Amino acid sequence: MLDKPKIAFYWCASCGGCEEAIVDLAENILDISAAVDIVFWPVAMDFKRRDVEARVDASIQITFLNGAIRTTEQEEMAWLLRAKSQLLVALGSCSHLGGIPGLANLFDRHEILRAAYLESPSTVNPERTLPRTKYRDNGHSVELPVLESSVRSLDQVVDVDYYLPGCPPTPRMFLTAVQTLLGNEIPPKGSVLAPDRALCEECPRKDSKPEALSLDGFKRPHQVLIDEETCLLAQGLLCLGPATRGGCEALCVQGNMPCSGCCGPTSRVKDQGAKMLSSLAALISSKDADEIVRLLATVPDPVGSFYRYCLPSSLLRRRRSPAKAEAVSAGGAR
Amino acid sequence: MPENQPTSSLSDHFEPRIVAFFCNWCTYLAADLAGTSRMKYAPNARVIRVMCSGRVDPQFVLDAFAHGADGVFIGGCHPGDCHYQEGNYKALRRYHLLKRVLKEMGIEEERFRLEWISAAEGDRVRSTINDMVEKVRALGPLDWGLREEEVLAEEAAA
Repeated sequence: MLDKPKIAFYWCASCGGCEEAIVDLAENILDISAAVDIVFWPVAMDFKRRDVEARVDASIQITFLNGAIRTTEQEEMAWLLRAKSQLLVALGSCSHLGGIPGLANLFDRHEILRAAYLESPSTVNPERTLPRTKYRDNGHSVELPVLESSVRSLDQVVDVDYYLPGCPPTPRMFLTAVQTLLGNEIPPKGSVLAPDRALCEECPRKDSKPEALSLDGFKRPHQVLIDEETCLLAQGLLCLGPATRGGCEALCVQGNMPCSGCCGPTSRVKDQGAKMLSSLAALISSKDADEIVRLLATVPDPVGSFYRYCLPSSLLRRRRSPAKAEAVSAGGAR
Repeated sequence: MPENQPTSSLSDHFEPRIVAFFCNWCTYLAADLAGTSRMKYAPNARVIRVMCSGRVDPQFVLDAFAHGADGVFIGGCHPGDCHYQEGNYKALRRYHLLKRVLKEMGIEEERFRLEWISAAEGDRVRSTINDMVEKVRALGPLDWGLREEEVLAEEAAA
């Protein structure tokens, strides 16, 4: 009997939601586990890193890696799993585009460590201890991974074969992807395993989207009673459907919430945030500069709204650190 | 980078690189007029002709910054004069929102500019470009691509 294909799962900088999506396959997971051997899945099964290291290179057929890359350990695991796998799939927004952890690229590493370990109201740290990467005690040396200065998407670290978008990808998208990749006709390398069309195309409210939209500013979901039938953009809500790839069956819109852009851009767009900004700003009705500024102030957090899932893979990738020159001259205190 | 290009470096000879998107119907003609009138102005702007300031996708602006521009200038028709009725208003709305994004990303306000310049205003091309070049020169190089390498080098050293 032929060996079953080997599959691995791993997580890096992520929340665990992608793992949930796999468990949400419910009884379908039995079909998958009947068809494949899972050889590594730290969340659910007791395999260790050394088990992966002991494997022959390229002996895992598919590795699904979720989460962005933020630490040296995550980077090492990405390299290791790349070497051991025939196909490496970036699973979920974080791995695909940087995801919500990618918004940390608006801050530098020192600011993040300060906020988390010294300044947050719930922190009690009178000795002002910051995590150290090396520690010696009684002749034993302990090491922790280094927090890298930027969050990166998986393909900014290693070669990636496929992307499965979404935060998280729906169980159906995951199932379809597994069936496709285990089948005989696999898509060209680099494909995003979701339809290459905007979410609006598959939105159940598509017919209520006006031909020409003109808005006097935007509203946030808690500020209005949202009609359950009408196009959310037409109601003045910041819905990212026009600049976001479909495939999720508009689950958020079906739940009466605007699309926040998790499936990333279509293949024709480089920078999802810029594209959405372009499309939405143009809808503002005013022709007067001051009034435009006032109406656009109804988007309180442009980067967080338009780049919620894609900052590390955007054209600029991270905020420029103005304090950088000083930090270097001060001896790079780390 | 070709050797005859002004280079963005921390040396004393910093010459700002400005990417200028000029509307075909107004600012581009104004630049033409400035040329035929033999006006002299800073040679730092790389002019890209577009059919309308409304054609300038914010992605173009970000791409320019990400690939070494120190400043981005958009020249469009005065309000009410757009060849396509509304294009310059769209540019104006995008400009104001994009400016906020750039600010959050740590790019100074003076590096991104939108000006209305009609075909008759050759002198305005000269004065606005000169003014922007001086302001960007005072800010120094943006060096976005280099900065990325710096960050990675810092990681490698960590």
